[in-house]
Amino acid sequence: MTDTAIQAAGLGRRYGRRKRDVLADCSFRLPKGRICALVGPNGAGKSTLLAIAAGLLKPTAGTVEVLGGPPTAARSRIAYVAQHKPLHPQLTVAATLRLGAELNPGRWEQSAAERIAYGTGGLEPKAKIRSLSGGQRTRVALALAFGKRPELLLLDEPMADLDPLARHELTGALMAEAVEHGTTIVMSSHVVAELEGSCDYLLLLQGGRMRLAGDTEELLAAHALLTGTGTDFAPHTVIERRASGRGHTALVRVADTTEESAAGTTGPARHREQPTLEELVLGHLRSHQAPAGDIDHTDHNDHTHQQETAA
Amino acid sequence: MGVVEYRIDRRSGVATYLQIVQQTKQALRLGLLEPGDQLPTAREVVEATAINPNTVLKAYRELEREGLVEARRGLGTFVRRSLGSAPAESPLRAELVDWAGRARAAGLDRDDVAALFTAVLDENFKGDKE
Repeated sequence: MTDTAIQAAGLGRRYGRRKRDVLADCSFRLPKGRICALVGPNGAGKSTLLAIAAGLLKPTAGTVEVLGGPPTAARSRIAYVAQHKPLHPQLTVAATLRLGAELNPGRWEQSAAERIAYGTGGLEPKAKIRSLSGGQRTRVALALAFGKRPELLLLDEPMADLDPLARHELTGALMAEAVEHGTTIVMSSHVVAELEGSCDYLLLLQGGRMRLAGDTEELLAAHALLTGTGTDFAPHTVIERRASGRGHTALVRVADTTEESAAGTTGPARHREQPTLEELVLGHLRSHQAPAGDIDHTDHNDHTHQQETAA
Repeated sequence: MGVVEYRIDRRSGVATYLQIVQQTKQALRLGLLEPGDQLPTAREVVEATAINPNTVLKAYRELEREGLVEARRGLGTFVRRSLGSAPAESPLRAELVDWAGRARAAGLDRDDVAALFTAVLDENFKGDKE
């Protein structure tokens, strides 16, 4: 058995004759059992990456393995909720769940689906799909995904249509599912703050490129916000620097996390703070020239190197 | 008996797992939890707070490492020992009341006193694990 949920190497996707790759040279490894935030601006390639992982779209470059094999072989163990949530408008909620049961023989768990559909703040079984709001349809789509009892749950902008209360409830339900069954969850969003508390893994996409990939705590520990009077933040790699009063504040990748003090993070008149995940993401997005980071020490040094020289 | 509820403040700058550790200790100090009591299950915590499951497990491991709770396989996590609290009428408190009065008389306002107190705390408890 593998402990990897998704492993991608040099993954790319190009649609038709469009000049730009929608996804280019993406390499990362997502371990099983993680709650992963797939973050990036609109058009960064998040939906494309999710569709490839779900086995619905073929990459035009590179390789991807899902749950130890090609995505198509893992289809029965994956649940994928697309952004537009295709549901039959004329069916009732209850009939939609029955359909889910029939389409997933041997795997379906009615109680899991019902907890989401009819639980706290939930829906009427007899309500027709067409009468539901966007947020309520999200609930039905998530109920179908939960009923399938997947090992990997791929959610494309799952929270976009939800009001704050439903968002909190459904995120809680997702986390409960994960803790009980060890489900790996990947959810995309362009709002980092929305995912900050629930995720422990981050994939940051920008312009089809993977800017950051890794365990959130390790990524945070590898960065620092330094404020000083000078503009020199050596030996650290400056991701982004801004004037702050008479001095400068810089988001840096710390030179050597194992020897922080020796590396001189606290140099002359420097104040060091830990960035939040949101600050980290925004800093990297603002700085197109940030060296690509990969805290996960697997074998894609070549890839990291390429992006660094390209920057 | 009700379940202890955790309040997670995402803006506090304190790591989420530490907030759970601190709030559990506070519950122990206040007597809301006593030896033998069960902590909420990880499922209950994540369902109520929508935080990451691994964060809860990390907090519980930390509490276990400090000997405050123990995980019993298949049953849950239980309180092992209580935390001593400074009784409301201890001599230490009386001295602090006296000190606060003198600080005020010396012209310090509330924020000055808080800053001074925090600085002294930091100095004296430097290096201690929370």
